[in-house]
Amino acid sequence: MSGRKKVTGAVAMAASASLALAACGGGTGGPQTGGDSKLSNDKVIIGLLNDQSGVYKDLSGPNSAVAIQMAIDDYKAKYGNDAVAKTIEIVQADHQNKPDVANTKAQEMYDRQNADIILDVPTSSAALAVATQAKAKKKLFIDIGAATTALTGASCNKYTFHWAYDTYMLAHGTGAATVKNGGKTWSIVYPDYAFGQDMNKSFTTAVEGAGGKILQSIPTPFPNDNFSTFITKAAADNPDVVGIMAAGGDLINFVKQYNQAGMQDKATLAVGLMFITDIHSLGVEQFSGTQFTDAWYWNFDDENRKWADRFTEKTKTRPSFAHAGNYSAALQYLEAVQAAGTDAADAVVAKLEGKKVNDVFLRNGEIRAADHRVLHDSYLAKVKTKDQVKEDWDYQEILTTIPAAEAFGPVSDACKM
Amino acid sequence: MSAFIQYTLQGLAAGGFYAVSALGLAVIFGVLGVVNFSHGAVYMLGAVLAAVLLAELNVNFWLALVIVPIIMFGFGVLMERALIRWLLQLDPLYNFLLTFGLTLVLVEAVKQRYGVSGLPYQIPPGLGGQVTVGSVGLPTYAIFACLFSVVVCIAVGLLLTRTRIGMIVRAATEAPERTRALGINVGRWVTPVFGFGIALAGLAGVLAAPSRAITAEMGSNFVIILFAVVVIGGLGSILGAVVAGFLVGLVEAYGVAYAPAYAQIVIFIMMALVILVRPAGLFGREEIA
Repeated sequence: MSGRKKVTGAVAMAASASLALAACGGGTGGPQTGGDSKLSNDKVIIGLLNDQSGVYKDLSGPNSAVAIQMAIDDYKAKYGNDAVAKTIEIVQADHQNKPDVANTKAQEMYDRQNADIILDVPTSSAALAVATQAKAKKKLFIDIGAATTALTGASCNKYTFHWAYDTYMLAHGTGAATVKNGGKTWSIVYPDYAFGQDMNKSFTTAVEGAGGKILQSIPTPFPNDNFSTFITKAAADNPDVVGIMAAGGDLINFVKQYNQAGMQDKATLAVGLMFITDIHSLGVEQFSGTQFTDAWYWNFDDENRKWADRFTEKTKTRPSFAHAGNYSAALQYLEAVQAAGTDAADAVVAKLEGKKVNDVFLRNGEIRAADHRVLHDSYLAKVKTKDQVKEDWDYQEILTTIPAAEAFGPVSDACKM
Repeated sequence: MSAFIQYTLQGLAAGGFYAVSALGLAVIFGVLGVVNFSHGAVYMLGAVLAAVLLAELNVNFWLALVIVPIIMFGFGVLMERALIRWLLQLDPLYNFLLTFGLTLVLVEAVKQRYGVSGLPYQIPPGLGGQVTVGSVGLPTYAIFACLFSVVVCIAVGLLLTRTRIGMIVRAATEAPERTRALGINVGRWVTPVFGFGIALAGLAGVLAAPSRAITAEMGSNFVIILFAVVVIGGLGSILGAVVAGFLVGLVEAYGVAYAPAYAQIVIFIMMALVILVRPAGLFGREEIA
């Protein structure tokens, strides 16, 4: 009996040790101003805070720094000697997808490393922590990687912008557009935690709003690797569409088992959130025919492809929409610094608010002043079959462009700037 | 009724997989008394190895079923020689912590080398599709995996009960001193048995590759279910691991079908009930403290 107690103790020890490892970092110091330059520290410092080692490493991670560096190069090439920001640096940190680590690292970036802006920050809880710091320190934060609408809702503030996508856009893109394309009846399978529950609600609203019908919403444990019985349940009512709201490894587990159960021919598979890296890792055959909403696709047109080629030269991999989003956010930030003639946060925010933008990522883009939601065209995509694929990473067929005005939700009442 | 049969078949298919996955864990605990927390990581290594062999050397699934366990046996021998054996004389707690740490190292190493989004693995030719009888159907691969698992479990059972090596190993676990007195070098058997347990985990990994996501994290949660299986079956009992594997598969499938709110905890409720009635598990021997 005492042996069992000891084993329990060991598990507890191991757990607390791994928590302690995560909680390092910190330190504060005041911002410095110097020289005659209108820039703090005579330079612009861009902080990249994202997942450098965990589940989101491939879809943003270290390669986001490459994308940001491309924006810096383009800005310098465009303005040359007239550039307001002559020296631009990138500082990076890994937030491990943990809100407490993100909070500490953001403080450190703003206070000690004198970052003028923080970019990326996937994982909603981590992003919300950084938004709080941005508000407190009165410095900019542009989120690219996180999905929560709370960034432009209850947690919105003057210094936070949300650039690439959110759960509303995913649900209304995939949900409404699929119904319009004939997928009237749905079974939804979702992981039973905050993200999955939120996606289930958004999708239900979107599908019903478009005249479709939800036959079943099936919660699953998270994480989970055996979905066979859930798939049988989802198929029971013969839906037109099965919607899966899982991400990462769970999504791959689901899709493999969905195909093995012969479901590919019986119902359209719609995925709530998917990145091109997911298709790449599982292989295009497994996802063939799957529909999802994408914020950007590298092979959409010549402009995207040209940019993607530059990116691939440096990284040996094709960019995800998060990489392109990081490029766009960094570029538009530097343009705003140029327009303001300074990196003082309030002046830069004033230049960004309400701005209409077109760049390689933002098509018909607008930085909405009321809540800092960035509106832009997004896309209903379908994964190609293997014989349609002409080259590596050529995985998507764009079915519909969802116009910027329809892709994102209205300003939330919860947002008080 | 057909729905019930469907769930039962799915439960049995999952159960066979649980049984073969838990088998190595039971062998290692039964013979060495080591609570091998790295079993999930080794299972992951098996799957990753199968994917890498396929991608780099075009080693197909059938060959991988043979090659991967052999490589993992070597890995297990190395692991036992380099790490486990130094702690065998100490409290089991030490080996638990060692294997826990080893898990973290293996998972990080795979992440560093192969990234985090997972590796592709197609279903082997001939095992795709469905077998359907009336309104009941099962993926061909699930049926194969289950049958294959049963064969492996029976083979391991026969090896332990019907061969001289098996008898020595069992004697060594039950009464090491007396076995030693008979002139049998018990220590000599420790390393290959550990390697064998690790090879079984690797084999389970290969079996998982076509139907599960191959990521560095794939064993992290799976190992928890495996521990539930061996605790229900009785720590160290081979027959227990097999029976409990099928039980857990069935209970999980019925739980999902009829009590989805409890799907996640139903296995652990069963574990608690079993321990209440039989503290040593279904087939475990009561130890005299």
